[in-house]
Amino acid sequence: MLDYFTHKTYLPTGIGVGYKPQHFNDLMHAPGAVEWIEIHAENYMGDGGRPLAQLRALSEKFALSIHGVGLSIGGEGALDRDHLKRLRKLIDTFNPASFSEHLAWSTHGAEFLNDLLPLPYTNASLARVAAHIDEVQQSLGRQILLENPSSYLAFAESTFSETDFLSELTHRTTCGLLLDVNNVFVSSTNLDLSAQAYIDAFPLDAVGEIHVGGHDADVDDHGAPLLIDSHGAPVIDPVWALLDYTLARSGPRPVLVEWDTDVPDWPVLRAEADRAAAALAPVKPL
Amino acid sequence: MTPVTQAQFRAALLDADTPVPEGLLNGHGAPAGSRYNVYRNNVTASLIDAMKLAFPSVRSLLGAENFDTLMPMFVRAHPPASPLMMHYGAGFPAFLDGFAPLAHLAYLADIARLDLAMRASYHAADAGPFDPVVLQQPPETLAGLHLRLAPATKVLRARWPIHDLWRRATDPSAPKPRPAGQAIVITRPAFDPAPHLLPTGAATFLLALETHPLGAALEAAQAAAPDFDFAETLALLLHSEALTDQNKDLPL
Repeated sequence: MLDYFTHKTYLPTGIGVGYKPQHFNDLMHAPGAVEWIEIHAENYMGDGGRPLAQLRALSEKFALSIHGVGLSIGGEGALDRDHLKRLRKLIDTFNPASFSEHLAWSTHGAEFLNDLLPLPYTNASLARVAAHIDEVQQSLGRQILLENPSSYLAFAESTFSETDFLSELTHRTTCGLLLDVNNVFVSSTNLDLSAQAYIDAFPLDAVGEIHVGGHDADVDDHGAPLLIDSHGAPVIDPVWALLDYTLARSGPRPVLVEWDTDVPDWPVLRAEADRAAAALAPVKPL
Repeated sequence: MTPVTQAQFRAALLDADTPVPEGLLNGHGAPAGSRYNVYRNNVTASLIDAMKLAFPSVRSLLGAENFDTLMPMFVRAHPPASPLMMHYGAGFPAFLDGFAPLAHLAYLADIARLDLAMRASYHAADAGPFDPVVLQQPPETLAGLHLRLAPATKVLRARWPIHDLWRRATDPSAPKPRPAGQAIVITRPAFDPAPHLLPTGAATFLLALETHPLGAALEAAQAAAPDFDFAETLALLLHSEALTDQNKDLPL
């Protein structure tokens, strides 16, 4: 096992935004509170052209977080070695402050399903995910952060709570965690659990980054609320409140605002970043 | 408790007629029911969104509504084979070629190839500019010169008027496509790829340049098209920045 620093991230303890190409000029000239950006790794795996040129310019101005969405760490099958090599190349080129991925699977056999699919929390899946994280960390030569998912259903076979599962993963692999408080809100609503109890049980010491984002609201067959993690709307007040609740218990952390679909003009996203900055500013180190 | 395998989870994902696996629950221990559909919708919608972005010309010529109706059939039959979504849809031209209900729009497959080539050009490696001063040498040495196409330069030939059709796709007021085959070269001077109509014989010339020196490529073009206009083709290549510098190793 690699011997990592106890730091979970080298990101500044400030505000980041998920980068969208339509915001390039605004970010370069009027970033407001934004100190760092996060990109989806797979969008920057071409050979050249505008995406990589923009990323080179942005990485000179902002700290960078690379966020993978295609590694399928929760997959039953072996990790895609070609994809690991592509990640290694991107990380070696840009030397980001942080690399993160998801507790989810997206590849089955030769297929990539382009969504973050759920897994049961059992001893078997724990051993498999831990082995995959070890392989990723060895291959990339650095610690990774693993993000908690948005859940729409639960597995009857699960024997761990999600927080215990993640906690056990940090012990087995020395990975850090990316705590998405919108995902906590979505999952807790969907599975009728307490979001605050989830935060209370979460291994906050391992958290190197926090996400907030927007979601959509639907209902299930029984008329019970079913929230969808769309990243296509403003962060709602209860999620801001949950961020406050989390920061009061974790101490200051890098906070990212995610907005991936129906992306608004820059002033709207900048206002969300300002609100996140206002939430982070009064937080005292523990 | 019987585990839900990822094979079972996957089986119902792209097929609404396959029952939702047992062992998936809501927060109160009852069957998850339509909650599973969130994943079905996410997968299908995200793949369709990727196809809309990838094939703007096909979507324009076919009509947005027709395109969107066709998409669930395509994405279910051809899910991505890699996490690099920038390459998704490589199988779309062949799908269109074999899709009988659209046989009357036989040119669509070649327009899909054009959309694919535009995207490949967009993500292709950067390359240094070509310095035309290397062309200032006597004909006998000029004939042995290897000209290199930039990685973002893509050549496409079709038995349909693909350039006229592309113009029509991007601008509905563009002239009606001429009933003739056309060849194009896509070039990317900075970051934005653009297709250019190639004169007769020029596609043969460009494709020959990949493996032959200038003299041999010129002969190939003149053999294929006796009225091949070298000066016009060269002007187009220089103007559109189709060529790159000479500093890389040449193929043996």
